[in-house]
Amino acid sequence: MIELFINAVVAGVLLGGFYAAVALGLSIVFGRLDIVNIAHPAFVIIGSYMAFYVNENFGLDPIVTSFLFLPVFFLLGIGMYRFYYICFERTGQESLSGLAYFFGIMFIIEVLIILVYGVDYRNVQAPYIGYSLWINDWIPLGGFRVSLPYRMLVPFAVAAVVTGGVYLYLSKTYLGRAILAVSQDRVALQLMGANPIKVKQWAFGIAIATAAIAGALLIVIHPVEPSVGRLYIGRVFAIVILGGMGSISGTFFAALMIGIAETLISTFIGPSWAPAAAYGILLVTLAVRPQGLFGRA
Amino acid sequence: MKLNKFWFIIAAVFLIGIAFTMVADNEFYFYATYAVMQLMIMGIAWNILGGFTGYVNFGSGGFFAAGAYTTVFLHRAFDAPPLLIAVLVAPMVCGLIGLGVGYFTLRLKGVYFAIATLAVAIILETIVVNWEFVGGAGGYYLLIPENVVFFDSYIEWLFVLILAITLIAIIVSRYLNSSKIGQGLAAIRDDELAAESMGVPTLKLKLISTTVMGGLMGAAGAPFPYFITFVEPASAFNLLVAVMAIAVPMIGGTASWIGPVIGGLLLGTIQETVTVNISSELNLLIVGVVLVGFISLAPQGITGLYQDFMRKRRKGND
Repeated sequence: MIELFINAVVAGVLLGGFYAAVALGLSIVFGRLDIVNIAHPAFVIIGSYMAFYVNENFGLDPIVTSFLFLPVFFLLGIGMYRFYYICFERTGQESLSGLAYFFGIMFIIEVLIILVYGVDYRNVQAPYIGYSLWINDWIPLGGFRVSLPYRMLVPFAVAAVVTGGVYLYLSKTYLGRAILAVSQDRVALQLMGANPIKVKQWAFGIAIATAAIAGALLIVIHPVEPSVGRLYIGRVFAIVILGGMGSISGTFFAALMIGIAETLISTFIGPSWAPAAAYGILLVTLAVRPQGLFGRA
Repeated sequence: MKLNKFWFIIAAVFLIGIAFTMVADNEFYFYATYAVMQLMIMGIAWNILGGFTGYVNFGSGGFFAAGAYTTVFLHRAFDAPPLLIAVLVAPMVCGLIGLGVGYFTLRLKGVYFAIATLAVAIILETIVVNWEFVGGAGGYYLLIPENVVFFDSYIEWLFVLILAITLIAIIVSRYLNSSKIGQGLAAIRDDELAAESMGVPTLKLKLISTTVMGGLMGAAGAPFPYFITFVEPASAFNLLVAVMAIAVPMIGGTASWIGPVIGGLLLGTIQETVTVNISSELNLLIVGVVLVGFISLAPQGITGLYQDFMRKRRKGND
């Protein structure tokens, strides 16, 4: 029982780290720029299929592939924001039309992937998939056996590094601080002689670029089919809101919480109840503390 | 005069529908028109909350499926009662769900409301997946009754039923649009804070709006199990329902009751034609592309384009 509990929590932490990678882009876009990119998980799925394609044809590691494709996703993000800005933000219609627009984009991405690859599950080959690291081999845990599957451990490590990188980028560099500035006071930024549209465009590019990495991590963790992205919508929004809208460290800890909650529920109640965990937490958060656990009141 | 014309058209459409069941033999026509009308009801229902009140709802699939599963529940619990009972009960159940959801989520603004509705749909789906009584994840088969009173086949009865629901939905939507309630809803859409301070009972109006939306979605979903004879959570809670429900008013125009009617007719017809002649995947792609195209290029929909056109022509004549 205790062994099961410890293993569930450990698996939850690893899963949560991966969730942080998925939520990272949305944390920037939704938390800082106020753009409700509900299609973010769909971009993650594009990342998964891209990693699958390269892995299948050239045998390259999915995570390495995703880093190679970062510029492509960055440009894709910039293009998406340009279009969004011209059609909605400039005319002040982002609330209703903007929401429906991203919803439509998500749907189109899903259908396009179905048209190309069909609805079958796809997976990738990598040397670390299928093996586990047993902690009790290294540290005596009083007889408990605790395993860390590399399939989860590698994504967790990559996610942690990427999250840390984005955190440092946003807080230390000039452009990163400009992104924070545009989320705080757009007009003031304009008065300082900076172009908020350019800054937002840059931020959107970074956000979509993180989706490429998250997609590769996703297909390492489990096989992917085109509509898997839907399951992540609620999760990532729950994480971003729980994490206090745009706080990168908050996002990371909220992701760990959701991950642990899900593995505990699927271990002790049943896997079919796990999807509701994030949504339940989300609804309670919205009702009780809309600024999130780590947000400023 | 205009009012009489409206009621005359409603009555005429209903009578033509009944006459249609007498004349037509090919069951395909009934299946196709059923699908178009189901789509239209979903659009009308979404528009009451989304178009009139300005609250985007991504959880249409949840309400639709709740209607379908009310029918399944009654079928299982009371040994296949007549469908008409389910069609009367489902809107009440879904209206109540709408009221509850509205009560908890309408304090949230814009985006948060939209995400909360999505959350409600997933939670409902998880409950149904784990509820063995209504079939769980495996789904539930319904046998269509062999004897139908008055009609030649069961699909004809379903056709007349959904026609009646569609017309009722149009009447309700038109009433909400043109009455004082509709003015209040429009005030909420344009500026909720201003409306509130002018004495518009915003919470009450929003609750009416979500309840009616839920009820109509449920009414659209109630005959669905009989239409496809097999329900499973994945198809009933399909995201497609939510996309369709948004696409219909967006294409037709969200500001008035006629928008989703036009949008439903247009999108439904395109869909049925493409599904039959080309493929159902391509059909989905077309829906998505048409939706995004209309949102970005013609945000007022077809009715907006028509108004622009009339305005320009009037200007040209002057």
